[in-house]
Amino acid sequence: MLKRKATRVALAILLSTVAGSALAQDKVKLTFLFDNGEATVKAAEALAAAFEAKNPNIDIETESRPGGGDGDNIVKTRLATGEMTDVFLYNSGSLFQAINPVQNLVDVTDAPFQANVIDSFKSVVTGTDGKVYGVPILTAMGGGILYNKKIYAELGLTVPKSWAEFMANNEKIKAAGKTAVIQTFGDTWTSQLFVLGDFYNVQAAVPTFAADYTAGTAKYASTPAAMKGFERQEEVFKAGYLNEDFAAATFADGVTKIATGEGAHYPMLTFAVGNIKELAPENINDVGFFAIPGDDAASNGLTTWMPAGLYIAKTTQHPEEAKAFLAFVASTEGCDVQTAAIGATGPYLIKDCTLPTDVPPVVSDMLPYFQEGGNSAPALEFLSPIKGPALEQITVEVGSGIRSAADGAALYDEDVKKQAQQLGLPGW
Amino acid sequence: MAVAVAEGAMPAARKRRGSRTSGQYPSWFFVPAAVIFAVLFLLPTFASLFFSLTRWSLQQATFIGLDNFVQFFREPFLFQGLVNTLIYGVVTSAAKVVLGMMLALLLTSDIFGRSYLRAVVFFPVLVSTVGVGITFTAMMHPTQGLINESLAAIGIKGPGWLTDPRFALYSVALVDVWKGVGLATVIYIAGIVSIPLEYFEAARIDGATAWQRFWTVTLPLVQPATATVIILSFIGGLRSFDLIWAMTKGGPGFTSDVIASVIYKQYQAGFYGLSTAGNVVLFILVALLIVPLSMFLNRREVER
Repeated sequence: MLKRKATRVALAILLSTVAGSALAQDKVKLTFLFDNGEATVKAAEALAAAFEAKNPNIDIETESRPGGGDGDNIVKTRLATGEMTDVFLYNSGSLFQAINPVQNLVDVTDAPFQANVIDSFKSVVTGTDGKVYGVPILTAMGGGILYNKKIYAELGLTVPKSWAEFMANNEKIKAAGKTAVIQTFGDTWTSQLFVLGDFYNVQAAVPTFAADYTAGTAKYASTPAAMKGFERQEEVFKAGYLNEDFAAATFADGVTKIATGEGAHYPMLTFAVGNIKELAPENINDVGFFAIPGDDAASNGLTTWMPAGLYIAKTTQHPEEAKAFLAFVASTEGCDVQTAAIGATGPYLIKDCTLPTDVPPVVSDMLPYFQEGGNSAPALEFLSPIKGPALEQITVEVGSGIRSAADGAALYDEDVKKQAQQLGLPGW
Repeated sequence: MAVAVAEGAMPAARKRRGSRTSGQYPSWFFVPAAVIFAVLFLLPTFASLFFSLTRWSLQQATFIGLDNFVQFFREPFLFQGLVNTLIYGVVTSAAKVVLGMMLALLLTSDIFGRSYLRAVVFFPVLVSTVGVGITFTAMMHPTQGLINESLAAIGIKGPGWLTDPRFALYSVALVDVWKGVGLATVIYIAGIVSIPLEYFEAARIDGATAWQRFWTVTLPLVQPATATVIILSFIGGLRSFDLIWAMTKGGPGFTSDVIASVIYKQYQAGFYGLSTAGNVVLFILVALLIVPLSMFLNRREVER
């Protein structure tokens, strides 16, 4: 009887000391949401782990979400209902504008770490009030065509500078009994590259397109240069260049196909190099990259994508710790952690960040476009706040021969109008 | 404003109801149910009517009158979605009636292992719709799917079940029928076993053939079951979303979009007001189709 009482007392003392020590440590828990792309997950988790190692009093709880339309939906809904994580990764540019940054995000314009961020990025995470709301995470990308270097060497092809050369290459590849162009409409977002990646060429032909498009005066259907992207997607389908399972294949299938030589061209963003490293690491040196060719070989250039942003939700309980995490990501140390986790995928938008010398060919093919004297222009979504949400379905239809290019462009103009009205832009 | 209308309308309705069942229960007895009904059903209904008239970002709403409805009806894929919804509803409910009846006849006969077979037919109803959708999507893959690989083994090149715009909607409908026919079968089994055996004996003595017995005895006497199956599966078909979303997401492109998936896409894109307007339209459409159908089917029942 007495013995049992003694153990109970001992237990009580033990419990109270355990609870006491937990309280004494007082760890701050930050939550961090990002998309479930394999490369993103690896880089984000490496950043969180490295930050925790430096800041033992902060614990980062990571969480991944789907990408594409489902991801947009999750981010918008969680922000609107106050359920967002403390920090989160999301697109910059027009998709950033659609999450209502002024109302939902913490202003980091005057934070000291902004000094490390390259100015061209700040403009794509600036809200309608002129305040800056994020820092770059991961690297800038190019939107163009991944090509299989082994097939090119085998058939004696050269990298095309004009659309005619590109189609001539396709013809030769098809004649050799290979798949010329890979499309992966099982993941609808992958269908947009012919249209979005052609923007360098659109801007070269109509320099005021972005401004006129935002004002509602320039339309895809009535601007021949802008129509080209839709027309070319249609042309590639009609010529029978696509892989047999293009309608069901997924992004992961496409990455594997281009790396292993099951297809010669894959219109894609260069961040896919991170996925090649995951899915077919032994083939990473077989894949090269070029910009989507335009009419004229002399004015060839690359459409570029800004990195995603890292933002702090206004609902956070720990703004100081969250800012410390942003500062870590926007430092040369942060860049190095990302490079160590997923390799070099493109240029960082943090000052003084360097890339290792032995980058994969996709990256070394892309870097010259970014350098001094190279020809590159940001994609439309970084120059205008409007991107129609149904583009991926429309390009699937155009790229599968369900809808004509002209019809698709006109339909997209309608979609853009709806988005502009939802954003409350003047003149729509 | 909308709430005031709701409150104004309620006492009148309650008074009418109350007089019919007067004296059964004291009025405080209804309070919990009334509160639940008002908070969880009436309020959202009127709130959605209000938000369907606004441009809404979940945080702020701008009143724009009927613009959302105008916009919703101008959605280029909405008409296609409407047609697809009707096709889907009619095809699935017709197939469930015919197949359900056939299976029920089989499973009410003196077949070996009858109870076990009845359970087997019902199993797909119990499985998660999304799980079924994902499984069939893998099986219907145009090149690596089980179905087309089996067809290829016997020398037939199968179509892209979910990727060919001509077949996508019907492939999903087929899976819907497979999943839902168990419920129809169970309803029919209950209908058939409740028919008194004397009718069949009398028909047999009169020399009726098997077909005649089916058409003149079984079919008319399971009419209530048929009405239930048609209404349940037609409503299910009209508002069907989960299976379509799990299998095609309305694709390829917009070709297998139904109203519910068009609405969801508007919601996903952040057009909250527009998608609310779409739901109001769907509600009205279902009501317009089902109320007359239900009245028609029930009237025939009364006549007999």
